[in-house]
Amino acid sequence: MRDALNDALREELARDPDVFLMGEEVAEYQGAYKVTRGLLEEFGAKRVIDTPITELGFAGLGVGAAMAGLRPIIEFMTFNFSILATDQIINSAAKMLYMSGGQFKIPIVFRGPGGSAYQVSSQHSQALESWYAYFPGLKVVMPSTPADAKGLLKSAIRDDDPVIFIEQERMYGMKGEVPEEDDFTIPLGVADVKREGTDATIIARSLLVPAALKAAEELQKEGINCEVIDPRTIRPLDIETIIESVKKTNRVVIAEESHPFCGVGGEISAEIHEQAFDYLDAPVKRVSAADVPMPYAKNLEKLAIPDVPQIVAAVKEVAYV
Amino acid sequence: MATQVVMPKLSPTMEEGQVARWLKKEGDKVSMGEPLAEIDTDKATMEMQALSAGVLRKVLVKEGESAPLGQPIAIIGEPDEDISELLKSATAAAPAKEATEGATTVPESDATPAIEQKQPAEVSQSTPEVPTDGRGASGGRTPVSPIAARMAAEAGVDLGRVQGSGPGGRIIKRDIEAAMKEAKPSSAAAPKLRPMAMPKAQPGAVYGPSAYRDEPMSEMRRTIARRLVTSLGPVPHFFLTTEIEMDRAADMRQQINTLYPDAKVSLNDVIIKVVAAALLQHPQVNASFQDKTVRYYEHADIGVAVATENGLITPVVRAADMKSLIEIAAEVRELAGRARERKLKPEEYMGATFSISNLGMFGIDEFTAVINPPEAAILAIGAMTPKPVVREGEVTIRQIMRATMSCDHRVVDGAVGAQFLQTFKQILENPLYLFLG
Repeated sequence: MRDALNDALREELARDPDVFLMGEEVAEYQGAYKVTRGLLEEFGAKRVIDTPITELGFAGLGVGAAMAGLRPIIEFMTFNFSILATDQIINSAAKMLYMSGGQFKIPIVFRGPGGSAYQVSSQHSQALESWYAYFPGLKVVMPSTPADAKGLLKSAIRDDDPVIFIEQERMYGMKGEVPEEDDFTIPLGVADVKREGTDATIIARSLLVPAALKAAEELQKEGINCEVIDPRTIRPLDIETIIESVKKTNRVVIAEESHPFCGVGGEISAEIHEQAFDYLDAPVKRVSAADVPMPYAKNLEKLAIPDVPQIVAAVKEVAYV
Repeated sequence: MATQVVMPKLSPTMEEGQVARWLKKEGDKVSMGEPLAEIDTDKATMEMQALSAGVLRKVLVKEGESAPLGQPIAIIGEPDEDISELLKSATAAAPAKEATEGATTVPESDATPAIEQKQPAEVSQSTPEVPTDGRGASGGRTPVSPIAARMAAEAGVDLGRVQGSGPGGRIIKRDIEAAMKEAKPSSAAAPKLRPMAMPKAQPGAVYGPSAYRDEPMSEMRRTIARRLVTSLGPVPHFFLTTEIEMDRAADMRQQINTLYPDAKVSLNDVIIKVVAAALLQHPQVNASFQDKTVRYYEHADIGVAVATENGLITPVVRAADMKSLIEIAAEVRELAGRARERKLKPEEYMGATFSISNLGMFGIDEFTAVINPPEAAILAIGAMTPKPVVREGEVTIRQIMRATMSCDHRVVDGAVGAQFLQTFKQILENPLYLFLG
C-alpha cells in the first residue's frame, strides 16, 4: 500500500511540474509513514517541502498555491491533525470555486492516514470522513487496496476540485497486486464490487473492506452468499452500483470504522431507503465503531472497532438466519 | 403464578374497551396466545389473546361492560392458587385508573400501578401495547418487508394467509417465495384442479333443466353490467382464446372407440364432457344474468350448436356433468339426428347453461361465437390440425386446436373466464382426469 501511494506521488510529480508536495516530515524524514520516501531526492526541495507544525498555515498555503494555478498535495501526518486546518479546508478550499463565481478552481489533495492505528487513543484514532463528506465542494476518497490507492490518488491529483484522500494507518503494510500499465488510474466516484453475491450486500470502506470479505467467506460456508461493495469514493457516492446490488440481494449491512451517529453509513442507508425501499427485505443494518472516544486500553480498543464476527452477525440478522 | 389480565390497547386511539364476549369461562384452561375475549374498541371488535397460561380463575368485567385501558378485567392462574391478593388489588385499581390511562403513551412503570409488585415479570407482559406486534389480535397490523409486499402483490399472494417467519412475525421474502411455490404446481396461476367429482347418473334417468340458485347481484356486479351494456349492447361480449394440444384427447377417443366400436365417440363429445367437468370447477361461469340476480346452475346443461338446412339449432345435453362420454355421444347423435329432421321439442333445444359451437369440421381454425342469452358464455371450437410446436427446446409436431370463449361480461369477468379456460385446457390436455375420482 505504502509503495503504491509512493508510486502514485512519484508518477504525478514527474508527469506535471505544477504538482508539489508539502507537509510535516515529508521531505528530509521521507514521511512519518514513509509514504514520501525518495521523493525529495528525486524532485528536490522546491517540489517536496517540509513544513513547521502549523496545519492551518500550510493548508492555507496550499489553497493559495492552488488559486495561483499549482496542484498542491498536502500531507497531514494523520487526519486527526487536519482538524486544525478545517477552516482552510472547509471555508476556503471547498467554497472558493463557488464564491469566486467559478474564477478559482482549487485542484488540491489533502492526504494522510485516518481512522484507528494501534493504541494511539482517542485524539489520534478518528475516522473523519463524514465531516468532510458533509460539505459540498469537497470530494472524499478512501482506498482499501494498493491498486485502488494508486489509481485513485493519481486521479485525485489530476482532479480540479479539492480532494480529501484518507488512507488507513493500519493498512500501510497491506500487500496486493497493482496493475503495471503505464498510466494506471481509477476514476473517482466509481464503486467497486469486491465480491459478487446474491443473498446480502455488505457495503464497506477502507479498513472494513478486508473484514467484510473475510466475513463473506465465513458466511459462504453457511450457505449465505454475500456481495461486498467498496464505494471507494465517499463523495461523490456511486449510489447506482449500491442500488443495483440491493435490488438483487434485498438485504444490506454497512460496515464502517467511524461512529454511527451522523455517519456515512447513515447517509448510505437513507439513500437506499429513498431509492430502493420496495426492494428491501429487512431494515438496513449498520456495523459501526462504538459510540465512544477510542479507548487506549488494547482490549477496549479491540471492542470499539467493528470486526468480522460483528459483520457476520449483522448479515445473519438481515438475512433472518 | 397468577396474573391479572388488563384491558389491552387494541387501536391507536382507544381509551377504553367493552368486553363483547368472553371466549373462555371461569374454570376453563387457557394457553398463552389463545383468544380470550372479544373486545369492542372505538373502531372494531378485536380478539384479545391470553398473555399467560393457566386457568381463567375470575372474570372481573362482564360481557357488555367497559373498562379503561390497563384496568384488570380477569385473572389467570393455577386452579388451586390463592388469588385473593390479586382480587383485592384489582378491585382497588378499577376506579383509580381512569384519569391516568389514556391514548397517550404512558411509560411502563406508570402504566401498571394496578398490579402489585409481586408480579414484576407479568407486568411488562400485560402492558396494553403488547398486541400491536402483528401476531396479536386479528385485524392488528402485520409487518411485511417491502420486497415481500411487492412480490406478494405481483404474484397475487394473499398476505393474510402467509405466516411471517421474521422477527415479530414479519412476513419476509422467503415466506412469499414459499407461498408462491405452494400456490403453483404447474403453470403460472393455473387454478388448482379439484378432484373429479362425478356423481353417477342413474341408469335410465331422464334429466330436466338444471336446478339453480339465484344470488342477489352485488352493487359492483350491477355497475359492471350497467356500464358494459351501454357500451356493447344488451349482452356485452368479450373473447378469450387459447391453444390446446389435442394429442392425448384424440388418442383417448380412438382407444374408447376401439374398445366400444358402437360408441362412436367424437372429439366434440369429449369437448362437451370436458366443458362440463370444467364448469363444475368454475360455477361462476355456469351462470346467467337475471336482471337483479345472477343465477348459478347446479348442473352443466350443454347446448351443442347443430347446423341444419333450415339454420342453426342448439339441442341441449342435460346434466352432462353426470353422464359418461359414451352416454353423451349417444345422446348428441340422437339429438342432432332429430334436429336435422326438425323433430326436437322446445325443451330439448332451450335452457342450456353453456353452449359449444364447433366449426372444426369446416376447416375453420378459429372464430368467435355469439352468446345464446341468457347463457353466460359460449365456446367456439376450431379445427384440430398438426402444427410444429416447440417442446423442451425441440421442434415437434402436435395436434393443435384453438378454442375461443365468448363471455357475457355482466356475469363473467376476464380473470374468471380465463381461469375457466385454463381448467378446460388442462383437462383436455390431460383427459385421464375425466376418469379419476
